[in-house]
Amino acid sequence: MSFTIALTVEEALTALARGARPIAGGSDLVVGARHGKAPLPDHLVAIDRIDSLRTVTVDDGGLAIGAGVSHDTIERHPQIAANWSALADGSALVGSPATRHVGTIGGNICNASPAMDTGAALVVLAATVELASVGGTRLVPIGELWTGPGRTAVRADELCTAVHLPSPPAASGSAYLRLEYRRAMEIAVVGAGAAVTLAPGGTVAAVRVALSAVAPTIVEVDGLPTGDLAAVGEAAAALASEQARPISDVRASDRYRRHAVGVIARRAVLAAARRAGGESIAVPVNRALGIGAAS
Amino acid sequence: MSESIVLNVNGVPYPVAIDQSRNLLSVIRTEIGLTGTKEGCDDCECGACMVLLDGRPVNSCSYLAVQAQGRTITTIEGVLEGDTMHPLQRNLLDEGGVQCGYCTPGMVMSATALLAANPSPSEEEIRIGLSGNLCRCTGYTKIVQAVQRTAAELAEPAAPAEG
Ligand SMILES: Cc1cc2nc3c(=O)[nH]c(=O)nc-3n(C[C@H](O)[C@H](O)[C@H](O)COP(=O)(O)OP(=O)(O)OC[C@H]3O[C@@H](n4cnc5c(N)ncnc54)[C@H](O)[C@@H]3O)c2cc1C
Ligand code: FES
Ligand code: FES
Repeated sequence: MSFTIALTVEEALTALARGARPIAGGSDLVVGARHGKAPLPDHLVAIDRIDSLRTVTVDDGGLAIGAGVSHDTIERHPQIAANWSALADGSALVGSPATRHVGTIGGNICNASPAMDTGAALVVLAATVELASVGGTRLVPIGELWTGPGRTAVRADELCTAVHLPSPPAASGSAYLRLEYRRAMEIAVVGAGAAVTLAPGGTVAAVRVALSAVAPTIVEVDGLPTGDLAAVGEAAAALASEQARPISDVRASDRYRRHAVGVIARRAVLAAARRAGGESIAVPVNRALGIGAAS
Repeated sequence: MSESIVLNVNGVPYPVAIDQSRNLLSVIRTEIGLTGTKEGCDDCECGACMVLLDGRPVNSCSYLAVQAQGRTITTIEGVLEGDTMHPLQRNLLDEGGVQCGYCTPGMVMSATALLAANPSPSEEEIRIGLSGNLCRCTGYTKIVQAVQRTAAELAEPAAPAEG
């Protein structure tokens, strides 16, 4: 095995072009290898000391988060909590303080677990992923990043360098929540992210919902109506349950997941709408409203 | 492949020659010989192996030792003030927050990081701060009380020096 530390994106890209795999916090890679899920790659390049990957920028164009930004930075960033709340909700749920300290957004999306907690948020917030290689840079809509469980459209010689999120329209709010059996060190039984934009009368002008842990990848719910909020919430519940393709495993049966994801999707829509209406609900919604935990 | 690296633990630079796939916990315990940090699950679940990396908590069982080079590593041995217990350690004993003691080093490390970032945490914030640390014995209440008491003590203005 070889291990090198990159201090710049260029150094990392050169290492990738020679066959190395990136390691950021290692909270998926090292833990997975120790589980015997996949052996540690023969050649690793550490990207956690590349300063340019660790910055958060907010400007007129929106939010740019370096791929190496940790979940605890996202969770605590006041502008992310205020304007891209669903993402802060997701990062705040990851593991424990130690997991959030080492775990990065780039690692979360490139690991491509269908149960990842930032994925549904990034879909409803219309994120674009920046991928760089020695050959150049390309932008991929988040919905095209995942090709299956643990599989992505990121080429072996590419590094995810940043995630871009546009500024939400006025009167918008978002939320991500998950059903969990305990409050920490948990994996979503099912999860849902929602982004809502309200019309002047308080009805729903636009809505997006995406689901975690109910399909091989994060999936967006199709065919949501607009209009009356309660009706949109009910439609989100019905469509989420209908469109989910869950599996049965030790955590839940497919039938339970199909039912539960509808409940969680409706709650996500209602929480997002409250935030869109100007109500301040602390991050993460799960803890603030006590609506995700089974207890 | 074995590599020679230097790990800075509790202010002391330790040169070690280790396989690059070794985890930080095993290197701290067997190469460096500091056995206060415990191995519980060896699976990133229990927090017994918690150390601080640049002041922030890390599960050392699941962190590559080579990735910690050049960083400041603090273990339970590093929180002692000379031969004197850290107030957190004393309060854990006084409050009955220690039974078998296996989780205690990890608890102290997580609580140290929490109090450094947030000197007056609410009970909820303490529970979140310790949420990566499992205890099979105490039921947590006394551990939380020990952290509350430590926060209160540290908030009091220092007693005037004698003489
Ligand atoms: C105890 C525990 C609890 C957890 N709880 C949760 C949870 O609640 N919710 C959740 O979503 N996740 C959870 N995770 C999973 C994990 O912590 C997150 O997915 C984290 O964001 C991974 O980031 P990392 O930097 O540690 O990734 P790494 O392990 O370093 O990398 C993961 C994968 O992504 C690749 N990669 C990393 N960065 C890049 C990049 N910039 N470009 C291209 N490829 C890259 C790596 O090569 C590797 O294949 C948990 C993990 C543990 C150990
Ligand atoms: S020994 Fe590391 S988390 Fe249990
Ligand atoms: S005191 Fe025994 S595990 Fe905590």
